[in-house]
Amino acid sequence: MIEKQVASLHEAVADVADGSTVMIGGFGTAGLPNELVGALLAQGARDLTIVNNNAGNGDTGLAALLAARRVKKIICSFPRQTDSHHFDGLYRAGEIELELVPQGNLAERIRAAGAGIGGFFTPTGYGTDLAKGKETREIDGRMYVFESPLHADYAFIKAERGDRWGNLTYRMTARNFGPVMAMAAKTTVATVHEIVPLGSLDPEAVVTPGIFVQRIVCIDRVATSAGGFKQQA
Amino acid sequence: MGATSWSRAEMAARVARDIPDGAVVNLGIGLPTMVANHLPADREVVLHSENGVIGMGPAPAEGEEDFDLINAGKQPVTLLAGGSFFHHADSFAMMRGGHLDVCVLGAFQVSAGGDLANWHTGAADAIPAVGGAMDLAIGAKKTYVMMEHTTKSGGHKIVAQCTYPLTGIGCVARIYTDLAVIDVTPSGLVLVDHPEGVRFEDLQAKTGAPLARPLEPRHESD
Repeated sequence: MIEKQVASLHEAVADVADGSTVMIGGFGTAGLPNELVGALLAQGARDLTIVNNNAGNGDTGLAALLAARRVKKIICSFPRQTDSHHFDGLYRAGEIELELVPQGNLAERIRAAGAGIGGFFTPTGYGTDLAKGKETREIDGRMYVFESPLHADYAFIKAERGDRWGNLTYRMTARNFGPVMAMAAKTTVATVHEIVPLGSLDPEAVVTPGIFVQRIVCIDRVATSAGGFKQQA
Repeated sequence: MGATSWSRAEMAARVARDIPDGAVVNLGIGLPTMVANHLPADREVVLHSENGVIGMGPAPAEGEEDFDLINAGKQPVTLLAGGSFFHHADSFAMMRGGHLDVCVLGAFQVSAGGDLANWHTGAADAIPAVGGAMDLAIGAKKTYVMMEHTTKSGGHKIVAQCTYPLTGIGCVARIYTDLAVIDVTPSGLVLVDHPEGVRFEDLQAKTGAPLARPLEPRHESD
């Protein structure tokens, strides 16, 4: 019997150790699993390396984790936002390490890790400051930069529906990093708004097959823009 | 004597005029986003946004916003019939793989060789943020830049060599400003279009690299 549903957010993140690398899905707040990040804040793990597209918005979720000084390094593409004040302050004070990665390289490095690829050559970033010190190669007359895979201990992602095998569907642009992060982590924890009986999800419509998911937690919809959901579907 | 500059709406309309029927287009954050409002109604143009949507429609009516359906600027949008969603690795494969026809980006500087600088001023206290700019710049079949011709203080933004950190090398095909449309060609910058009242000499003075006039149509007597 396979049962990936866990009863609580608390239980879903209980074993995250100090020093873990944690991928957090979401682009801005769409697809951001704020509830899992909140549970991680309560759980207490520190010296974390966080992989996310951004570096926290406002005062909740990832921003709160940063404010509590639980993150030693962030790997992201776009830290600077109008409401990224917690990251900005830590960065200017030299209290957080930043690895800035072009967004497509970030997604592909995560995908490569999940797919067992040892790295890849990409034209993105060639000749720029973000490729400094990296191996380059000319392939068919074009210049490429070597990028390495990005693995994680945990991926926290937000999906729409799931079943006890961990099969997932997503909702609109909240999908973003979820499917690739699910592949790249040793333990993937997904929140869903509905857990359905096995066989209820259209097999043709499953986006993330359960093989990539270890735990799912059912959460309520939050009627707020910051939660990435405002209207009932 | 006609107008001596284009308004932002006129710039957007000028870019939109060059986007062909059937094109798949990514519009960058800020000024380029305005191009969507000026696409001719008789052309079917498909808008892509790097956060994972193609076939993007206009902003929803007030009260109809759904924050699971946003664009790269994190503003709520709508989905047209035929539109679809996909994850980030696929979205950037669409760019890097050369599947996008056009992207329109803002810029701090563009060089005569088509180098683009638009992600970082390099200032010591600036927090760097790149997002999808580097992927977009080198990925689309044609990368267009849309920007003011000069800085607020009148400094050159079209330059011989970029002094700001680069986003991509030799990637810009065409520059749209409030004063001109300029092609980046192997032999340098070529003026394509300008508001009626702009004088070439003034435009050259505001451009930090040599600007060639368009080739005049050849007459039989030449």
